[in-house]
Amino acid sequence: MQRRQFIKNTILGTTAYIVSTDIVFSSTMPKGYIPLGFQEPDPYKLFGKDTEMTVLNDKPWNIEAKAHLLDDKITPNKYMFIRNNGIIPKAIDASKWTLSIDGESVIKSKTFTLQELKTKFKQYTYQLTLECGGNGRSEFNPPAKGNQWTVGAVSCAEWTGVRLKDVLENVGIKSDAVYIGYHAADTHLSGDPKKEPISRGVPMHKALQDETLLAFKMNGEDIPLAHGYPLRLVAGGWPASASGKWINRISVRNIEHDGTKMKAPAYRVPCKPVAPGEKVKDEDMCIIESMPVKSLITYPKSGAMITKGKTLHIRGHAWAGELEVKNMAYSIDFGSTWIPCHLTKPSNRLAWQHFSAEIAFPKIGYYEVWARATDTNNVSQTMLVPGWNPKGYLNNACHRIAVKVK
Amino acid sequence: MKHSEFLKKNKRIYFTGVLFFALILSGAAGLIYKIINPSFLAFEKVSKETYIQKEDLGTIENGIHIATGFKDDKSLPLVIASCTPCHSAKLVTQNRATKAGWTGIIKWMQDTQNLWDLGDNEDLITEYLAKNYGPEEKGRRTNLTNIEWYDLED
Repeated sequence: MQRRQFIKNTILGTTAYIVSTDIVFSSTMPKGYIPLGFQEPDPYKLFGKDTEMTVLNDKPWNIEAKAHLLDDKITPNKYMFIRNNGIIPKAIDASKWTLSIDGESVIKSKTFTLQELKTKFKQYTYQLTLECGGNGRSEFNPPAKGNQWTVGAVSCAEWTGVRLKDVLENVGIKSDAVYIGYHAADTHLSGDPKKEPISRGVPMHKALQDETLLAFKMNGEDIPLAHGYPLRLVAGGWPASASGKWINRISVRNIEHDGTKMKAPAYRVPCKPVAPGEKVKDEDMCIIESMPVKSLITYPKSGAMITKGKTLHIRGHAWAGELEVKNMAYSIDFGSTWIPCHLTKPSNRLAWQHFSAEIAFPKIGYYEVWARATDTNNVSQTMLVPGWNPKGYLNNACHRIAVKVK
Repeated sequence: MKHSEFLKKNKRIYFTGVLFFALILSGAAGLIYKIINPSFLAFEKVSKETYIQKEDLGTIENGIHIATGFKDDKSLPLVIASCTPCHSAKLVTQNRATKAGWTGIIKWMQDTQNLWDLGDNEDLITEYLAKNYGPEEKGRRTNLTNIEWYDLED
């Protein structure tokens, strides 16, 4: 056994030794799998991200912001989180890019060039909030598997494109249409060309909303590669996984779309509440649609020390999935009292809103400023981590920052 | 040459032949046994080379394998070789699970992500993962930690 283990260790050790030598496949590893090298380029340069961003994963790339980086009203690329399921497509030629609309529920399949989409249809620009369904996952207990997002997998950029509904109308949709599902040019981590890394979608009522865009611009420029260049779906207010990147095909389905990561347990939560750690059957998991009400204090950065007598200006953003945020409040006494914040209206539906407040502290000491948003259905953020779910989605617990008054 | 002398000489050749044949036969048997059971005739010395091989992985500082971020422990080379062909080591090290939990994750990867059969190695891998990346009791909300204090100027 000792000897066998040695042989195995040697072989695998050699395989793992890929810093500077050729890759040797271990006997148990099928051909075609290339061990991850450590030659990865600097992601900050590669994607134009600020160096304060946190890289959670480099294959596939998953990068998140910190609360204080999200202070801008419109999120610039450098602070926008990246959530990838597969490998970013290579050598994209936008002049040859096409989008096909097919599926059981189109009258006749049709293909558009990117140029046709841009010229044939009216263009719209909206600020749209995109939040990863797993944002906040790191707080769940027992832990849920996946990227351990803290608070920074959310953004609100300005997206320009054409309405999906205009394009679908042009193609012609049958009355039995139930769902749209996207297909994209990214490739599966395993290298298997038959596998799609992700192919999700939305029900028709969401697909036909004015704000659901086939976007080709972000913040007035071509969409950055990591965010879906040259064409992506943007379905604001829903788990960002519904907003497919690098899309080249949309299928109009007469059933709930059954692409990769549409089926349980991906992007689903228990239909009925469960105890922490409980096993939940696939058939008892329901698709997440609108994201819940949430907010972030983006100024000041946690850890601010001020002198007694000074007021503290705080500000941030609040959003509520399909809904609007109605009220915003803060607390400096762990929720014993809540004081209203100033809150703006969204610049358009599904854009995040901005709040601010001036806080006077009664005495010196350690404080936490907690922020709590309430949506138009009178539903508020939780103070504790909300209902446990196997995949760790939808953590909308109040954000808080630490403050010391000296 | 006398007849008795001839017989004696012949006998010596005969015995030498038999001895030679027996030697080859036992050598071959040993070799076959060695193929069937590789641990046969392995000496304790050999295991020291495992250590040398492990160093080939690159730098290990403060118990952390620098290139991947994995904790240095038994089965580290195996974990690197099995877990990083498709995804980053970061996807492993940021997660926490029990042995059963890690086994479930492996099963999910085999069912849906083209992970191959890990054979006997699966147990070694899940043992390593559960020991080094096991869950901690966090409650419903933790204290704020790692606060970097700074003076906020107006």
